[in-house]
Amino acid sequence: MKFIFLLVAVIFLGCWSLFIGYTEISVSDIFTMSDRQSLVMVASRIPRLAAVIIAGASMSICGVIMQQMSHNRFVSPTTAGTMDAAALGIMLSMLIFPDGGTYQRLSVSLGVTLLASAVFMTMAERIKFKNLVFVPLLGIIFGNILDSVTTFIGLQFNVVHSMASWLHGDFSSVMQGRYEIMYVSIPLLAAAYIYADRFTLMGMGKSFAVNLGMNYNTMFRLGLVIVSCVTAVIVLTVGMIPFVGLIVPNIVSMLYGDNLRKTLPLTALSGAAFLLVCDILGRTLMAPYEISVSVMVGIIGGAIFLYLILGRRVNAG
Amino acid sequence: MMRTENISKFYDEKAVVEGVSVDIPKGKITSFIGSNGAGKSTLLSVMSRLIKQSGGKVYLEGTPVTDIEDSELAKRVSILKQSSHINIRLTVRELVSFGRFPYSGGRLTQEDEDIVSRAIGYMDLMESENNYIDTLSGGQRQRAFIAMIIAQDTDYVLLDEPLNNLDMKHSVQIMKTLRRLTDELGKTVVLVIHDINFASCYSDYIAALKDGKLAGFGTVEQMIESGILKDIFGMDFDVREMNGSRICLYYT
Repeated sequence: MKFIFLLVAVIFLGCWSLFIGYTEISVSDIFTMSDRQSLVMVASRIPRLAAVIIAGASMSICGVIMQQMSHNRFVSPTTAGTMDAAALGIMLSMLIFPDGGTYQRLSVSLGVTLLASAVFMTMAERIKFKNLVFVPLLGIIFGNILDSVTTFIGLQFNVVHSMASWLHGDFSSVMQGRYEIMYVSIPLLAAAYIYADRFTLMGMGKSFAVNLGMNYNTMFRLGLVIVSCVTAVIVLTVGMIPFVGLIVPNIVSMLYGDNLRKTLPLTALSGAAFLLVCDILGRTLMAPYEISVSVMVGIIGGAIFLYLILGRRVNAG
Repeated sequence: MMRTENISKFYDEKAVVEGVSVDIPKGKITSFIGSNGAGKSTLLSVMSRLIKQSGGKVYLEGTPVTDIEDSELAKRVSILKQSSHINIRLTVRELVSFGRFPYSGGRLTQEDEDIVSRAIGYMDLMESENNYIDTLSGGQRQRAFIAMIIAQDTDYVLLDEPLNNLDMKHSVQIMKTLRRLTDELGKTVVLVIHDINFASCYSDYIAALKDGKLAGFGTVEQMIESGILKDIFGMDFDVREMNGSRICLYYT
């Protein structure tokens, strides 16, 4: 029921987003599009729509998995330095393979992300003081350190400016032929869904998981791989998108609980819908100019996040 | 029977449990008693493979537990740790359903559903089965966790301070349930407990630990005795026989 509702919302928003932009295409034109119109549709609008949906869904799922792994509701790719690690990886790949293709960039970025999330998650598991705010705070500090390293290296090689524009979360540059690597996320999200019960168990704590015969360490590693791959791919293709992995899982948990078998599809759809709304707003508010999606998400998401912290019963722990 | 053979656990150089060998009788309730830091919880965690021991072995019906697959062991031994910090939002029914995880890996069969319903009924949680556990009172939540252990349907049930943070009424309720688990379902229950009188009234056997070593093991009649208790806890106990149970007075 909720699933159907969200699905309809995503389809509706998705269709809407296909018909906004500089080149006028109205719904009635679908079967009589000019060459120019169909080129815009196929080369720009449809890829953009796909990218928004995949990014929204996968960042949210990453958030859920990280929250289960760390037993902390405020841990997400944004607040655990995961995105900063992906950015550092991209920077390093630009230096190591100046003429490298997407796959070289991705593999270096993935390596750095994997290493950084393993370090952070192990740290989060080991520290004694598992405060709701302390762990993400540690993550933000960790992310800032990685960010400083990126900037420092960037300054040495004079690439700070191109890095900054690259890493700024933005869908306007998504084009046919430049975003397809994002589809890598889909099998990873499917894996997350297959193991949904185990990730729920993980959230209940190690003693619970071990009691029920689950191999905690194997699942921990699987979680790291999913989160790192997805984050690296997203940062590489569309840049850093803050907050999605933080607020969407929290809202879904508030409304529908934490049984991931039941809620993961809802989280994925809500994430896609949320990012679609931000994208559509960004494209329409100042048309024909565009406000980048990371700015929109920052404003809307930041407000919701403040409300979550100040307003309500985020379960402490 | 579950037996530990010369179990030791060291943190850095410090021995928390040292050379403990104890046989847990089958189909009975055995309580671990002792002062704070005596090693009770650590021993229980080692027995349930949550912690790896530094030395010694744990045997389940004669087989070393290290030779039993994790998923198989989860069908034979369950452990419930103190759970006050759990902050996940699951309904009671979802939580209890996870007790069937070792059997069906999350995809419940009709038989699993029936077992889950029975476990919920057994703990008298029918009315709140669709409530989230974070909205329940401490006593109800503890009952929900025990219902999950019942659904897990293991022969051996290990509980670490199940009465922690519970009021008297709920404590009695939990202890009566554990009694029923052994008397009606033939389970072997091992628990760490601080309240000496609950241990005395509801256990069959008592194992006492002091400074990481086994300080005594025996039936309630053998162990609840002022001389022995003084040795274990280093304080005076006035042990009285009341309504067929031994009650320790130590408050003044």
